[in-house]
Amino acid sequence: MEPFITHVGKVIPLNRSNINTDDIIPARFLKTIQRTGFADKLFANWRFLDDTSTPNPGFPLNQPRYAQGNILLTGDNFGCGSSREHAPWALRDYGFRSIIASSFADIFYNNCFNNGILPIILAKDVIDFLFQEEQKQCPYVLIIDLASQQITTPTRQIIPFTIDTYRKDALLKGLDTVEWILSHSEEIAVYEEQHKRKTPWVILPAEYQKPVAEKFNEART
Amino acid sequence: MPKTMFEKIWEEHVVRDAPGEPTMLYIDRHLTHEATSPQAFAGLRTRRLRLRSPQTTIAVLDHNVPTQRGRRMIDVVDRESALCITTMQQNAHDFGITFFDMTDMRQGIVHVIGPELGLTLPGMTLVCGDSHTSTHGALGVFAIGIGTSEVEHVLATQCLLQKKPKTMNIRIEGTFSSGVTAKDLALALIGTLGTSVGTGHVIEFSGSTVRNLSIEGRMTLCNMAIEAGARAGMVAPDETTFNYIQGRPFAPQGELFERAVEQWKHLPSDANASFDAIYDFNVDGLAPQVTWGTNPGMVSDVTGSVPNPAKEKDLATRKSYEQALQYMGLRPGQKIQDIPIDTVFIGSCTNSRLEDLRIAAQYIEGKRVSHRVRAIVVPGSTQVHRLAEEEGLADIFREAGFEWREAGCSMCIALNGDHLSAGERCASTSNRNFEGRQGLGGRTHLVSPAMAAAAAIAGHFVDVRHM
Repeated sequence: MEPFITHVGKVIPLNRSNINTDDIIPARFLKTIQRTGFADKLFANWRFLDDTSTPNPGFPLNQPRYAQGNILLTGDNFGCGSSREHAPWALRDYGFRSIIASSFADIFYNNCFNNGILPIILAKDVIDFLFQEEQKQCPYVLIIDLASQQITTPTRQIIPFTIDTYRKDALLKGLDTVEWILSHSEEIAVYEEQHKRKTPWVILPAEYQKPVAEKFNEART
Repeated sequence: MPKTMFEKIWEEHVVRDAPGEPTMLYIDRHLTHEATSPQAFAGLRTRRLRLRSPQTTIAVLDHNVPTQRGRRMIDVVDRESALCITTMQQNAHDFGITFFDMTDMRQGIVHVIGPELGLTLPGMTLVCGDSHTSTHGALGVFAIGIGTSEVEHVLATQCLLQKKPKTMNIRIEGTFSSGVTAKDLALALIGTLGTSVGTGHVIEFSGSTVRNLSIEGRMTLCNMAIEAGARAGMVAPDETTFNYIQGRPFAPQGELFERAVEQWKHLPSDANASFDAIYDFNVDGLAPQVTWGTNPGMVSDVTGSVPNPAKEKDLATRKSYEQALQYMGLRPGQKIQDIPIDTVFIGSCTNSRLEDLRIAAQYIEGKRVSHRVRAIVVPGSTQVHRLAEEEGLADIFREAGFEWREAGCSMCIALNGDHLSAGERCASTSNRNFEGRQGLGGRTHLVSPAMAAAAAIAGHFVDVRHM
């Protein structure tokens, strides 16, 4: 995963609460087996007019002053609804590296970290302050420094933020979660042994299991 | 120290819990489908990894499958959906996992078939790349929706890195009026407490009203927990739960079942267990609920009216109400019962089980769907479809003018070709009234199966308590 260390970027404001993942990426764009190619589909239902192809001039992403913006500033409960990881994929594809909001939905928040996006939670009054400042000065450029957990505004104000130690570390180093978990494989094996003894019914009857296909075994060798 | 049910299940599944690290949690059951898994399997191929425990993962087709009678691959709506389906088939084959294809008798919406087949058992940790995984909590399971990266984590390691959520107890008392159901309770709770009350929490639904709910009703309630922002919804297992599970194909049988039940009896929260948050709710006199806006918290009694945004003091709320009314094409003060509808959809992981279809059928038997309404029923599983045909429910629907479809997610997410057109107004038993959720420009009103059925006949919302 691409590490996140320090990010300097222009803010795009989206002053709404409860923006759900259907808003971020409508379900009709989920019919893909790729993790990329979502940039033009981000916020599609708001970004385009009813013909679904003409840019809506009222939507921030279409306004020249927000061109190349890559920090999203938004309201409460961002990313609620569907668990689709296509939402952070689309945000990342568009260029967003950080999302600043007063709160996030849980699944979306987790998904961000798996895609090198830093979600930052700030108090409501700080969010309101940032929305006001952005109105006064555009481009509104923030410096986000993950190591020191600080945002620096154009007027040199410092806004601290909190983040879990592990998540911070993982983003800074671009850690791979699968590799990290697999480095503890022995602990998993020990756990599995005692867990299976205690709750044997969790294991499905063997007749329901299919053998691993030959083809796949070949691919591994 | 007394523990909550969630804490008991959590502690039982901790593989590693080191300071400064998230908890490494073991996952007992993983359900997967064609919409959110392709990229995870692709990740495994890139890493040259196989599944750590292939027997714990079950795959099914539900999101993109057509629902026409006698469906085949040729009926799949578009090339993209077909690719999602064939990719799932290929991945299930190559990685050696149990798979229910489109024509399998065990096929259905992932959250309907889990409990129905006995794949979902009390005390388990269960995950799926789908937010409505909370449904499975109805059986006393810690069940969470995850992203595709996490699907890959589980496939490869059988573990997830998790931060321990907080606990919330929502105590529900009182007796439902005739025609009022778990769906109305769920919507009323979200309307009262908000769409983010549960953020960072696992909600346990408790109290005599919940104890008296069937497993199907509990599933509807837990299904909607995610719409309250919760990490998971749960109901303590009891005799109702054990009776439901007994004899299901993947559930333990005979002596093993007895042993399991003995353990499951220890799962409910201890008497003095403390929760981080507690709410009380009473369903006495609760009216059937109808959403008027673009999130499930924008909801009213069927006897009420669309709110007037101008009366909202909070500026943000006023703005969101205005946006919602504009999208929904509704006037402030408009009576809910005066809203005419074009379409009725009975289906989705919220309300497509046999009990839901039985209730809906009561309101249409011997009647005809309004001439201006298109009405469809999409059973939650092929099993439900079959049982409903055997019971005669399918005939009741068909004779009333409903389209009787094959099982799948269908118009809840509108991936498979079943969708609303722009401006089309739908009474839907699904879970999300988000903008465009059931089709670009489509307008969704969330209701219970009883309310949807009655609305199909009347052509507008009616109070099912008076029928």
